[in-house]
Amino acid sequence: MNIIVCVKQIPDPETPAASFKVDEAAKKVIPAQGIAPVVNPFDPQATEAALRLKDATGGGKVTVISLGADSARDAIKHALAMGADEGVLLSDPSFDGIDNFQTAVALSKAIEKVGEYDLILAGRSAADWDMGVVPAGLGQLLGIPVVTIAKAIESDGSSVKVERVLDDGFQSVEAPLPAVVSVSNEFGEPRYPQLRQIMLAAKKTVQVWSAADLGLGADETGEPNRWLPLEALYVPKVESNVEIIEGDTPEEKAHNLALKLRAAKLI
Amino acid sequence: MPGILVIAEPNEGGIAPVSFELIAAARQLSSEGAGNVTALIAGSEAEAQQLIAHGADAAIAATNPALKTGLGEAYLPAVQAAIESSGADIVLMGQTSLGRDLGPALAFANKTAVAMDCVALAIAGGRLRATRSAYGGNARAEVTWKAPLQVATVKAKSFDALEADSARSGSVSTSDAGADPKVKVLGVSKAESTGVRLEDAPVVVSGGRGLGDPSAFGMLEELTGLLHGATGASRAACDLGWYPPSQQVGLTGKTVSPDLYIAVAISGASQHMAGMAGSKNIVAINKDADANMVKVSKFAVVDDYKKVVPALIEEIKKLG
Repeated sequence: MNIIVCVKQIPDPETPAASFKVDEAAKKVIPAQGIAPVVNPFDPQATEAALRLKDATGGGKVTVISLGADSARDAIKHALAMGADEGVLLSDPSFDGIDNFQTAVALSKAIEKVGEYDLILAGRSAADWDMGVVPAGLGQLLGIPVVTIAKAIESDGSSVKVERVLDDGFQSVEAPLPAVVSVSNEFGEPRYPQLRQIMLAAKKTVQVWSAADLGLGADETGEPNRWLPLEALYVPKVESNVEIIEGDTPEEKAHNLALKLRAAKLI
Repeated sequence: MPGILVIAEPNEGGIAPVSFELIAAARQLSSEGAGNVTALIAGSEAEAQQLIAHGADAAIAATNPALKTGLGEAYLPAVQAAIESSGADIVLMGQTSLGRDLGPALAFANKTAVAMDCVALAIAGGRLRATRSAYGGNARAEVTWKAPLQVATVKAKSFDALEADSARSGSVSTSDAGADPKVKVLGVSKAESTGVRLEDAPVVVSGGRGLGDPSAFGMLEELTGLLHGATGASRAACDLGWYPPSQQVGLTGKTVSPDLYIAVAISGASQHMAGMAGSKNIVAINKDADANMVKVSKFAVVDDYKKVVPALIEEIKKLG
């Protein structure tokens, strides 16, 4: 079965809060010094799901697509090292700062350009903007069924059966193919690429498609955040009301903490 | 005439609390000039009447059986019909299993964008302005919409529901709009509960990479046992193999909101904060007074956990 996986490169969510800075005038995050961007943590799980489904259904092709800066090649290479077959980078100056609708439109055009696909997989959300909009939006734009937040996926090649994670339990659903499925961390640990695979992946070519290659006009990209203008971006003032527990020794501090917690009826 | 459409949600035998919070949010926007508040619920006219009592000007009982699936695509025609009949240019729904799917589908079907998980809403210049958290809580973003329809999902507990007033009146109508979804529901199951689930525990004690030693989790488990809670870990600690991934608290792990969260040797990167920032009371035990976790906590002990935790265990035993 032919599967398309959408991946995204984001600032490392393990970045210490103290290193997180925003340029309020430009409404952009300032990359933290010495901390390289990473693959969105949910995306390797989507790639893992794709590789397992490809094997289970007796072959096909896994194509990885990422929209982002040139550095997003690394996110694609990671998926290729895991075992994906081909990679496409959607890169264009007009993509800088685009919103969720524009992103989904660009990805849907790229998916149509890839052509034959049975299944589209993506991580449940990206840990930068944390919207989780693109997978559900892709289904709407492509006119195909959407199943979000999957913890288990199986397929016979004509439909998918998915165990979804709900707020208070699980829902088991079936959808005809082609379909979009977003994958959650409950899916399980993705495989870790071996050195040999990383070296092989480094040799694979990643195609680059521009806005023009996707047939995107000026009304679709070009002006940042056309549909959801970002009016302000800032680091919220944390009103620290912390009470540092006093004491001359660790034992005395522990004693005072226990008293405070008891007084607050927390223990 | 502009207006606000609220998508209320049923839950087991009633109406999900977030529905009333959404109506309260819509009332606030209405007072800022956003027009009337119409609320839609998949349910009966009696349930629609409850939405009026909680502050809606009009309510729609959506009776199409497809809505019982709780799937966004089943709801979409019902919501489109309600937008048309009410003239609403703002649609609010909860950041729930339904809202996560319906929000993007509704927005994109109307060639507009959606803002997810909003924590504050306001009317500025006659248009909606929404505030949401991004980068795992490290940043706040304020957004507006360019297209006529403004779609937002709202984080639970961001607004206080209004007291129900049965004397309030408003028009109640029914609608049978809805579509049989292409996705078929085969079954639904509740989350299993064996022992104290991390997500349900009133007290959570978590450890991070700063423990420096996987055996330290034994100490944390002893503290957890005394407090009848559950033990968690940061992703960094789980990635090192120090604690099972099933107990990971954070963006890619469990989301918890206990009464008491004790963070031992956890710095407080956004990956971890995303899973526990909703905790009612945070206690940090950390050597670094400048750690983010210390700043966000109610009480902090700045010292070596290896000495503090055993002493705390003894003190709690003494208190009984």
